[in-house]
Amino acid sequence: MKAHLTRRYIFSASHRLHREELSDEQNRAVYGKCSNPYGHGHNYALEVTVSGQVDAATGMVCNLVDLDETVRREILGRFDHVNLNRCGEFTSQVPTTENLSEVIFHILKQYFTAAHLERVRLEETLMNSFEYCGGN
Amino acid sequence: MVYLTRRCEFSASHYYHNPEFSEEENRRVFGKCANLNGHGHNYTLEVTVKGDVDPQTGFVVDLKELKEILNREVLDALDHRHLNKEVPEFLRRIPTTENLAIAIWDRLEDKLSVATLHRVRVYELPDLYVDYYGEE
Repeated sequence: MKAHLTRRYIFSASHRLHREELSDEQNRAVYGKCSNPYGHGHNYALEVTVSGQVDAATGMVCNLVDLDETVRREILGRFDHVNLNRCGEFTSQVPTTENLSEVIFHILKQYFTAAHLERVRLEETLMNSFEYCGGN
Repeated sequence: MVYLTRRCEFSASHYYHNPEFSEEENRRVFGKCANLNGHGHNYTLEVTVKGDVDPQTGFVVDLKELKEILNREVLDALDHRHLNKEVPEFLRRIPTTENLAIAIWDRLEDKLSVATLHRVRVYELPDLYVDYYGEE
């Protein structure tokens, strides 16, 4: 029997949505106040959904301790209380929450192999959330 | 096709223990959940049904009937109970959130006469939930 398990995590980071090749005016037109020169921050809520057969001996899809350890080490350790624009993942792409969702998905896909990674959902504010499930 | 979700809450105690494991193994796999004195949670259950909207009533399902079925089949059996000791499904199966979602699905699937069960979501904590969609 296959079940989906979702765990929620919180981290805080700053970013600025801005592209060097655009003029200030163009950046302002595309990104609005998100392109303010000194950046701003969010408390992000990350939901990670994994799926798999429920193990008959443990009753679990995967051990939560393993998932927590991977997310804390690879995601929170990397992105909590940092400026996303300074992270290697965003030297050549804008740290929108869309891009951040995709980055997080690919990092977790690489480091968490105990269950199938179904989805990464990222809330930037209570009003905005983004989902990435891999693929196109 | 329209999806309708009903939310309800129940409180129950449980522990995780596989009699085929040594005490050490139980402790390693289940951590503090293996404490045989048990512990409890306030669970939130979301049941999603799907169907066509009845042109006469404008309903996917009669909510009163859904509530009665939920109360009778799920809440009466689980609310303020010790899952390991009082709920037949868990006399031999570990009452993880995964198995709880499956057990609730099995309890509901044949009882819903007017709509089709789509998803059972069980929150053990605000940051941890399991989805079950039936046999996939």
